[in-house]
Amino acid sequence: MNLFEQQASNRRRTWAVMAVFIAFLMFLGYGFDRFYLGGGVTPFPIGSLAAFGVGSVSAWSSYYGGDRAVLLSSGAIPLEEAAPAGSEADKLKYRQLENVVDEMSIAAGLPRPRIYVIPDPDPNAFATGRDPEHASIAVTKGLLDTVNRDELQGVVAHELSHVRNLDIRLMTVIAAMVGAAALMADWTSRGLRMGAGGSSRSRSREKDGGGVLVIVIFALWLLAVVLAPVIGQTLAMLVSRKREYLADASGAELTRNPLALASALSKIENAVEPTASVKQGTANLCIADPLGRAVGLREGRWANLMASHPPMARRIAALQDMAFQPRS
Amino acid sequence: MILWILLGAVAVAVFWAVALYNRLIGLRNQVLNGWRQIDVQLKRRHDLIPNLVNTVRGAMEFERDTLTQVMEARSRAVSAAGPQDAARKEGELTQALGRLFAVAENYPTLKANDNVKMLQEELGSTENKVGFARQFYNDIATKFNTAQQTFPSNIFASMLGFTPAELFQITDEGERQVPAVDLSMRKG
Repeated sequence: MNLFEQQASNRRRTWAVMAVFIAFLMFLGYGFDRFYLGGGVTPFPIGSLAAFGVGSVSAWSSYYGGDRAVLLSSGAIPLEEAAPAGSEADKLKYRQLENVVDEMSIAAGLPRPRIYVIPDPDPNAFATGRDPEHASIAVTKGLLDTVNRDELQGVVAHELSHVRNLDIRLMTVIAAMVGAAALMADWTSRGLRMGAGGSSRSRSREKDGGGVLVIVIFALWLLAVVLAPVIGQTLAMLVSRKREYLADASGAELTRNPLALASALSKIENAVEPTASVKQGTANLCIADPLGRAVGLREGRWANLMASHPPMARRIAALQDMAFQPRS
Repeated sequence: MILWILLGAVAVAVFWAVALYNRLIGLRNQVLNGWRQIDVQLKRRHDLIPNLVNTVRGAMEFERDTLTQVMEARSRAVSAAGPQDAARKEGELTQALGRLFAVAENYPTLKANDNVKMLQEELGSTENKVGFARQFYNDIATKFNTAQQTFPSNIFASMLGFTPAELFQITDEGERQVPAVDLSMRKG
């Protein structure tokens, strides 16, 4: 796939994800109409329409404001604010970060993204935004303290590749929607427990017409509510994993130094502490799994399914192959 | 019937030529922009050097030669005429700076100085930016040239007034070599 195909596919998938999200919400709303308000009683499908409204608004706002939400939730501070507060040594590091981002923007021919620092001791980094003109890169303080200049360059190049091929748009929208879906499912299932009496009343009322069908739909609805967060998460992981190898490779193309990124990755991997500032929903955006799960080391189908990132060892080996280095 | 087929073929050819022309214009502007980006970074480097020399002058009393060489290389690079000349003189400046930083390694107070560290970072980064700007320029110029030289575009590209862009390469043999640093004058 070349760059334009990647961009086109990411644009397409962003729309698809938003459509699926709205459809899912309408399904929830339909269930609300049917089982809470008792189907035929209200001629007007309040739940479905409200769900459509909420879905459209949250899809729209996650497209335009998802990056701000992600940055806010991880406690990222703009570099301009972080730099004056730091010590002399920190100031040098922040200036270095700024320079490295500039260098990589020049190499990629992109406008310089906004730079954020996350006050977290675990090394990690992510990029977010909707397009290269509205992109942000966030790195943790721990990353700045752990890696050297060349390695930082590799990490920034990896993130800028995500920016260039529009991965950030898809990943940010998915992150925002997985968060929203989990929230909605939570509300609905809580409401379900409280409103159990109401639903049984409406079911008995419908007994005359197609009782079995109602039960089947209700079961499906319940299943959707319960499984939505898990499915959303798995989908997010699936989408993100494929993109990591690609971003590693095009990052190495920018720096022409695959080994620096490889050694940055192994340093990030060896810092086993989870990145506390990065919430579950934004895990798929990061350069390395922020939850510090051991799946990074394991291989196999289950580990593959649940990890947001491919096994670190394989990513490092792929980068070493690029530099014609024997695998360690 | 044949007339219509001919007209259709002409129309297709015209549309294709228009698309080719617009694509080449877009690429040519990117190439020019890439070229200017290199200039911007070189200018920045020229501006940083006097700062550096002033900061280290006090501590490096005994290295007046090295400092003078840097300043002379800088003024030669600033007044360079044409890309070929500029490439050679910038290369010399890079070597002079490399010698300065290598010699500065011998001055612990200088190495620990925050100002010097910051300036070293700035200069190192500017050097990188020049390199990456050249890399980007070469990538985009190669794309521009390929678009002109592949069949059937090559028949029309020169008729439309396009010429291949020149790639950036090391013009000076000296720049290919690692700068030679004499560390024997350690005690000064």
